[in-house]
Amino acid sequence: MAEIKTETMTVNMGPQHPSTHGVLRLVLELDGEVIQSVMPTIGYLHTGIEKTAEQKKWQQVIPLVERMDYLGAQSNSLAYALCVERMLGLEMPQRVQDIRVLIAELQRLASHLIWLGTHAMEIGAVSMLFYAIRERELLLNINELIAGFRFFPSYIRIGGLREDLPRGFHEAVNEFLDRFPTKMDEFERLLTKNDIFRRRTEGVGAISLENAYQWGLVGPIARAAGSDYDVRKYFPYCGYESYDFTVPTATEGDVYARYRVRIAEMRQSVSIAKQAISRISPAGVWACDDTRVVPPPKDKVYTEMEALIQHFLIYSQGFTVPVGDCYVPIEGPRGEHGCYVVSDGSNRPWRVKMRAPSFMAIQAIPYVVQNGLIADLVAVIGSTDVVMGDCDR
Amino acid sequence: MEASAIIDILQPLVPGAVFEPGRSVDFATIYVPGDRLVETCRALHDTPALDFNVLAEVTAADYLPREPRYEVVYHLLSVSKRLRLRVKVRVPSDGSLPSVQSVWKGAGWPEREVWDMFGIIFDDHGDLRRLLMPEDWEGHPARKDYPVQIRKATQTYEPLEVSEEEFKANIQRDRVKRTAH
Repeated sequence: MAEIKTETMTVNMGPQHPSTHGVLRLVLELDGEVIQSVMPTIGYLHTGIEKTAEQKKWQQVIPLVERMDYLGAQSNSLAYALCVERMLGLEMPQRVQDIRVLIAELQRLASHLIWLGTHAMEIGAVSMLFYAIRERELLLNINELIAGFRFFPSYIRIGGLREDLPRGFHEAVNEFLDRFPTKMDEFERLLTKNDIFRRRTEGVGAISLENAYQWGLVGPIARAAGSDYDVRKYFPYCGYESYDFTVPTATEGDVYARYRVRIAEMRQSVSIAKQAISRISPAGVWACDDTRVVPPPKDKVYTEMEALIQHFLIYSQGFTVPVGDCYVPIEGPRGEHGCYVVSDGSNRPWRVKMRAPSFMAIQAIPYVVQNGLIADLVAVIGSTDVVMGDCDR
Repeated sequence: MEASAIIDILQPLVPGAVFEPGRSVDFATIYVPGDRLVETCRALHDTPALDFNVLAEVTAADYLPREPRYEVVYHLLSVSKRLRLRVKVRVPSDGSLPSVQSVWKGAGWPEREVWDMFGIIFDDHGDLRRLLMPEDWEGHPARKDYPVQIRKATQTYEPLEVSEEEFKANIQRDRVKRTAH
């Protein structure tokens, strides 16, 4: 009889693997199907956005940071804009804040739809991806409506928004919000009590709350383990304290708990978006009245000398931000999305740093999947909802 | 909570260390001496009145030509006290820092990123390798004296040269292997 081989096997998973959400590479050490160790390798999507931002003027950074977390693009720019506005000491009008809340929640829905589709697809429910993408298409259409760009609208600007809402915006958003809850019921009928889905996810990749905090995981992963930490409740921004919503939590901390938390979050997002759209008047202010930052309206540029000068100043020299630094966290789709900005008093940022939730999540993956199966690793990566653009920046 | 209140709590726990409140527009900032960093972080983590149980991120900023050149920034979060704190450490251009992985496990990768980008060494880190940049990269890109537009020769490997005879022999060998059993 031939001797049984007992050594472990090293296998490369990724960087071009459909379940690694982009270009994440994992070097697995396997004992049969059991994972002995995992070594993640990241950096394949490192584009040096933070370094590039230091060469740009303050307002030119917005389209750059949107390309970091490309599924939750507008949560990047919201964090950056809030951070610079805090340093400038700007207060936003109520209507701008409400529109920002609406955009942030629609962005969360779009990001969670991609998570839901890909996560379910990797576990075997391939049709889920098409249903999720179909709904996301409507959200991308709304992006196209407000800015002419579907992925990276750059609609949120320092000092407010790019321009006023277009005609037909309310109808498009209301139509989506009326339609979406029934679609959510459909999604849940497919997955929530699905025996195969539950067997693949229940008890898999569990992490305790204490360990989640130790690894710096805040957001849906920690909330699935019993935390109630949500930046919108703990450190409100954009007037979130005036909205009526709850923070969904679970206690098991496994893949299935993360699924339930995110699904419940989507229902809460619909509720917040409905409240926000009912507060937004179809026409009104879309920026604050600070002439240092906000360019004057076009009709004034053509008729008034001061407005023309101001227009040229903003677009040629930019504006300056007082010396100092600031960190503003927001609740992005993947967890706490923070922006740390340092200013030296000039018209360009001295340093821009994004706190990337995916970065921390990938760091913790080896710990979570230790002694699990390879198939479970796919479920865990899907449930952490990592985006490599966010991780590598 | 004000920076001075946090320093008042910290001072008896880390005797002899000189803490300094920093200016900020968002939340409290304290400067901590590099050699007392781990003790201070341990106190911030363990003291029930503070309970900074989450390390949100570690980053740095290069203030060339000022000396000490770098500031390493730790953003802490206390979920139970709804509190945030920025801990800053001044690091000279050839200086190093202790790693705070013994306090928060999640500090490993952010510290690696800071080393990768700024070249600030974290003693007793244990795994200080390139994280975002390729393993054979030279220099630390986020430093202010690192050029922005850099021309680097494309790295290639020798093309695999196989003659026609060798190619045919390989095909034949594989076919024999496949049909052997």
